[in-house]
Amino acid sequence: MAIKKADLILIGVILAAALFTLGALALTRQTGSFVVVRVDGTEVARYSLTEDRTETIEGVNGGMNVLVIENGTATMTDADCPDQLCVHQGSIRYDGETIVCLPHRVVVEIEGGEEAGVDGVAG
Amino acid sequence: MSGKKVAEYGLLTALAMVLSYVEAQFPVFFAVPGMKLGLTNLVVLTALYRRGEAGAFGINLVRIVLSGLTFGNMFSMLYSLAGGILSFLVMAGLKRTGRFGISGVSVAGGVAHNIGQIAVAAVVLETGALVYYLPVLMVSGVAAGFVIGVIAAGVVRRLPREL
Repeated sequence: MAIKKADLILIGVILAAALFTLGALALTRQTGSFVVVRVDGTEVARYSLTEDRTETIEGVNGGMNVLVIENGTATMTDADCPDQLCVHQGSIRYDGETIVCLPHRVVVEIEGGEEAGVDGVAG
Repeated sequence: MSGKKVAEYGLLTALAMVLSYVEAQFPVFFAVPGMKLGLTNLVVLTALYRRGEAGAFGINLVRIVLSGLTFGNMFSMLYSLAGGILSFLVMAGLKRTGRFGISGVSVAGGVAHNIGQIAVAAVVLETGALVYYLPVLMVSGVAAGFVIGVIAAGVVRRLPREL
């Protein structure tokens, strides 16, 4: 058979590592206070997470994304890209969470109040 | 190189390109960027076990460049290269140890592919926050890699040594 004991151990180790990463990220996360919009790595807008609003973001190659901030969460509700990955990524609210639209090189990221700037260093 | 081998390399490369294209047709149900089935890894694994490291690496590289030129762009090619090369190195390394079966090699390759792509995306988009996708990408890499590995084992077993 093609499955050896070492294969199962390897799978176990990777799954354990995934669980560990998930736990570490969940424990350290905090609700953010800003929604930062970057296009091609450059910050183009910064909105408060507490104010409801709808904004249209212009990405590279003329792409458009619609960002909705509502009830303390940010969601990409529409995009004119073919894959719609950003729309399927759902709502974000925690410090460091992102919605990424690769075709338009748009990144929407939540930043926290106290520890703003830490994520920039990590990048 | 014999004509038969040339034909086999051509066949595998073409098959890898077809699978790249098929895979690109249904990205929608994956809510996380970088999540994928890794269908083309079926060909890379088959090549690795039939023709060794150099042959498999060549097929993988040619496949990425040709698929990128045909179906993608410079950026998609860059992502594919990062994922493809990292995944290949991990798979070839694990195979060399002789301890792992195809499924283990495939699982490690799938996870390495996802990590490589996330790393490039983090650099290109200049954000470290993509690390949040890692856990789910690791789990999906294991699941997809395992399925692909089991299929690859069946393919390698059934194909005659010389076509």
